Amino acid sequence: MNELHEGARFLIANYIFPNDLHVHWSMMIVLYPYLSGLVDGAFIVAALYYVFGVKSLKPIARFSLIFALAFMFCIALPLLLHLGRPERNINMLLTPSPSSAMAGFGYIYSIAMGLLALIILFIYRPTLVGKVEQSKGYMRLFYRMLTFDSTNLSPEALELDRKIIKFLVAIGIPVATILHGYVGFIFGGVKANPTWSSPLMPVIFLFSACVSGIAGIILAYIAIRTYRRSAIDVNCLKILIHTLSGFFILAFCFEMLEVFSHHYLKSGFHHMVEGLLNGPLYYSFWEWQVGFCSITPLFLLGWLVIFKIKDQLYIILSGVVSFLLLLQVLFMRWNVVIGGQLMSKSARGYTVFHPEWFDKEGIIAVIVVMAIPFFLLFILSKIFPLWVEEEKN
Amino acid sequence: MDNTKPTIDKERRVFIKKVLEGTIAGSLLLVLPMNAGGEKIPEQVAGIRDGEYDLTDHDFAFIVDITRCIGCGSCCVADKKEFDVPDGHYRTWVERYLKDFDGNVYVDSPNGGLDGYHNPRTDIDVNVRDTFFVPKLCNMCKEPPCVQVCPVGATFRTPDGFVLVDHKRCVGCAYCIQACPYSVRFLHPVTKTAQKCTWCYHRVRKGLLPACVNVCPTSARKFGDLKDKTSEVYKILQGPGVFSVLKSDMGTWPALYYKGA
Repeated sequence: MNELHEGARFLIANYIFPNDLHVHWSMMIVLYPYLSGLVDGAFIVAALYYVFGVKSLKPIARFSLIFALAFMFCIALPLLLHLGRPERNINMLLTPSPSSAMAGFGYIYSIAMGLLALIILFIYRPTLVGKVEQSKGYMRLFYRMLTFDSTNLSPEALELDRKIIKFLVAIGIPVATILHGYVGFIFGGVKANPTWSSPLMPVIFLFSACVSGIAGIILAYIAIRTYRRSAIDVNCLKILIHTLSGFFILAFCFEMLEVFSHHYLKSGFHHMVEGLLNGPLYYSFWEWQVGFCSITPLFLLGWLVIFKIKDQLYIILSGVVSFLLLLQVLFMRWNVVIGGQLMSKSARGYTVFHPEWFDKEGIIAVIVVMAIPFFLLFILSKIFPLWVEEEKN
Repeated sequence: MDNTKPTIDKERRVFIKKVLEGTIAGSLLLVLPMNAGGEKIPEQVAGIRDGEYDLTDHDFAFIVDITRCIGCGSCCVADKKEFDVPDGHYRTWVERYLKDFDGNVYVDSPNGGLDGYHNPRTDIDVNVRDTFFVPKLCNMCKEPPCVQVCPVGATFRTPDGFVLVDHKRCVGCAYCIQACPYSVRFLHPVTKTAQKCTWCYHRVRKGLLPACVNVCPTSARKFGDLKDKTSEVYKILQGPGVFSVLKSDMGTWPALYYKGA
């Protein structure tokens, strides 16, 4: 037994503090950063077109914003389902504790939501003005409100709109960055948990958010256009895949850097982190997150970016790689949120997590929460046409 | 004979009157609330009942002497009764440590030590070099991470050294549970708010010791005011001996000290 190093000596007891048997942040807290990540990534796509002038992204720029809005509406839902006393949630806005990172959520979320709504209303103003003229009664009043009651579509007014949109989206980039970097900081700021307590955490969350959002846009674009039997703009898809590749390389490098740092630094709790990744999280981390959902997409992305591929195959592979990366980010969230809590703070053992089906944070609730944004996307598409050619029609 | 009858009558009347008085007085004793509350119990924490309580005049500390703890579990039972702690959750618990000759440490705490450690471990087969018990409870940190992260200020630190939870404000987000390095917090399954050991603040403000300290048969748990130079904790911490705090590298500055660790 003398050859055992100290870490193994700790783990030999497999002792968990009695209160650590419960995993307090469960699947809804996995879903929360996942949803906000999708919003962030989708917003980045829109920003590339509206601020950085990447014209090839025009076909999906508007769709990205409506996609972001649909998911933005639902970000707070998993949090409310998670709270023990959800009826008191307003206390976070009314009497926030300035020392708490979590207290900032309401404000950051409200600003991001307001900004996104404003951007969409300005972009769609000409469309909405047309709807004001076509509709009657309450719907007319509704559309008048959405147009800020301005039917002026003169070239000067539209030019002013364009400047306002550019300005708002430019502000939106740091706001979106804060929205998701902040989510990472919620975890990174917990010094009691050695897998969370890292300055890399906000960075990892941010890049993985961009990955999931862009992958989500690609998959939804391909799925909706295929379902409607409409043409898919492969040039636009290529720009998206290139952008996705860049963000994913960064995200994956930082994720691996985090693991490597624990291994190399061999700090006080490294035995716990290593034991976690090679024990309870072996399948969900090494096999799924790293192996199947990261290495495979890396090769696929390399193929898509470097080689010349026929359009039809390009579309199929883009869909596959996007699906895998959406899964990768979901596994990453799971491994951080649930995985981090499997380690007891006794530093001597691990607990287990059993997801339930019918709990308010259970599997059924997760499926419902994930379905709502798509339902909202459908509703929003009736007010805000998703595609430019639909609008022309 | 004629002279004795009035005397007997008079004595009988006096007797009946006294019986009635006694009966009424006895009945009143049964129905009237007697002053048998906290005031009757001698003051256990000095200086609390003298005049108005000034929060800034006190700085409480807790000492656990692990060389004295016998793992009887009385403290856990007292705590569970005092706060009606739900099963499977623990405001305080006692851990059993076993060391073998190879330096391996085996720790367990079945049911948080609530049932006491009456039997040796049978699940491991090693030559035991040393064994001891370590009671755990809230560390009442001077830099409490739970207070820092609470989004609504429901968890707060009082000037006299207690970290408390306002269950009427708590939103049940469990961020404090994540932030506590000592895992002393849990989400109450009924109130859905965070709960933890309070060092029996309600008792201390009445001049009484925390329930666990009160019942400890070996005085392994000690509690007192560090601003009172006559208190036992002050004398112990000022005296010789090695004291440690848990996870000092966390920078939480606990007010819970361990002697013999």
